[in-house]
Amino acid sequence: MADLQRALLGLGRLDELARGESPVHRIDPRAKVATGLFFAAAVVSFDRTTVAALMPYAFFPVYLARRGGVPIGFLARRLAVAMPFALAVALPNPFFDRAEVFRVGPVGVTGGWLSLASVMVRFVLTAGAALALAATTGISGICRGLAGLGVPRAVVTQLLLLYRYLFVLLEEGLRTLRAWRLRSFAPGPPPLRLFVPMAGRLLLRTLDRSGRLHMAMLARGFDGRVHAVRPLRFGPRDVAFLAGWTFFFAAARWVDLSAWLGRLATGGLP
Amino acid sequence: MADALLSPGVGAVMWGAAAAGVGHAARRLRSAPEGRASLMGVLGAFVFTAQMINFAIPGTGSSGHLVGGLLLAVLLGPHAALVVMTSILAVQALFFADGGLLALGANIANMGLVPCYVAYPLYRRLAGADPTPARRAAAAVAAAVAGCEIGALGVVLETTASGIASLPAGTFLLLMLPIHLPIGLVEGGVTAAVVSYLAQARPEWAAGGPASAAGAGRGLLAAVAAAAVVTGGCLAWTASDLPDGLEWSVARVTGTAGEAGVAGAVSRAHDLFSGLQERTAFLPGYAFRSPAAGERLGTSVSGLVGGGLTLALAGLFGWAISRRRAGPG
Repeated sequence: MADLQRALLGLGRLDELARGESPVHRIDPRAKVATGLFFAAAVVSFDRTTVAALMPYAFFPVYLARRGGVPIGFLARRLAVAMPFALAVALPNPFFDRAEVFRVGPVGVTGGWLSLASVMVRFVLTAGAALALAATTGISGICRGLAGLGVPRAVVTQLLLLYRYLFVLLEEGLRTLRAWRLRSFAPGPPPLRLFVPMAGRLLLRTLDRSGRLHMAMLARGFDGRVHAVRPLRFGPRDVAFLAGWTFFFAAARWVDLSAWLGRLATGGLP
Repeated sequence: MADALLSPGVGAVMWGAAAAGVGHAARRLRSAPEGRASLMGVLGAFVFTAQMINFAIPGTGSSGHLVGGLLLAVLLGPHAALVVMTSILAVQALFFADGGLLALGANIANMGLVPCYVAYPLYRRLAGADPTPARRAAAAVAAAVAGCEIGALGVVLETTASGIASLPAGTFLLLMLPIHLPIGLVEGGVTAAVVSYLAQARPEWAAGGPASAAGAGRGLLAAVAAAAVVTGGCLAWTASDLPDGLEWSVARVTGTAGEAGVAGAVSRAHDLFSGLQERTAFLPGYAFRSPAAGERLGTSVSGLVGGGLTLALAGLFGWAISRRRAGPG
């Protein structure tokens, strides 16, 4: 129930953020999708023990969030919920890779700990950027961008319809769960034998709803195509966003800004 | 699967496989009857909701949830189900930070292509044309277990080929496969139970939904098998091609990468990484002007300081741009 509630609230909040106005919101969604992919590719292309050299990449999600009006606390909470999988896979690294890489005073740092830290930094960067991009683009922008990039119409239409009915069905699922919770005094999730009729009822209502929706869509002249309200225009601002950030990602890949700054600060002393 | 565990090469290969599969499904859907769009949209939202409802598994004290790929394929046919799963995974990647942009391809392959084009044909084969409830349940459980295990194998292969996690492929597999056995059993059981429930309440849906692609049999299975072999080959090739030229030649000189063979390539790349890790005394990424051995500590400390400073700069940058935004103009 907590999961459902959290999903519903989170989606609602993202939707609200996506309807805002900011310089980031106004960038062409195609430019944002492409920049996001370049960003992820650049971040994951580093050696597995790299930590400090990844830090310059924090500029991109920070820019998106601050300029796009996405609260950092909101991003952090979403990331914390999604983190366990990457953490679970990388957690054994310190046990398997015990070769000491360097010492800080009495503490020896092994390759395993470095690679664990690297995975966590990668996770925060890539997932944070994806969330910030979604929060400043919105589903309609993403769909128009995908269609503009040549993604098949069936996929784009499906994504749009899924998102539209997600709110309705999440609420219906929440209602079903709440009804069960009020009638039972059991803590925790419903047992398996009750889940099936619960999901079954939900499915029946879903199918009935889809029949009604289909009639309604036909009555409004739906021909399998979702029309964009605003036509997409790839302006100089979008070119600057794409080219500027891509250049930055490439530069940070070849020049280690962190090492340079560190050298400057410590004066290259041993 | 998450972006943080992938290498760009593996991510790109999996994107290629996913794009080919989804493109094929979308082409097949174009000839589907009208009125599928609303059904697919709402069913996608249903599966998304069902995924969020945890249930207690009797006798274990643990809880599980539905993944839904096989259920969608049974209700809609494999092509529509793949498109629906793609949309669900895309929403999870974008709006729930689950996965990531680069890992989306791998996730579509593991949780979309596998249940729709491997598990579902198996289900059709085992269940037959007009299954009894018991036979349907047995077929669904067998297909779901197969799908779950193949998906888990995919996660292990992709992670190992990426070389980010140090967990050896064998150990990882020994962890993942047993974990996914009960997940597959529950998935199959719930899928069969929901389909049976539907068959009682709405018999017209029991036959497997409208236009369930019965042709998704042998030919498609062969195509998927071929695609899997090609993808596996590409993965192995990418993995062996992963290290930079310099590291590769170091490994050749030291003889880490001696034996040949496609099957050994993945573990070879892995050995190479761990071997290199032991050999390289300083952090390669930190060496601006390759420091002497005595400078090791200096390099690491300046790395730590530099990383912290860069992060602080990024924070300052964020503060500055939001200030500008709040100001006039």
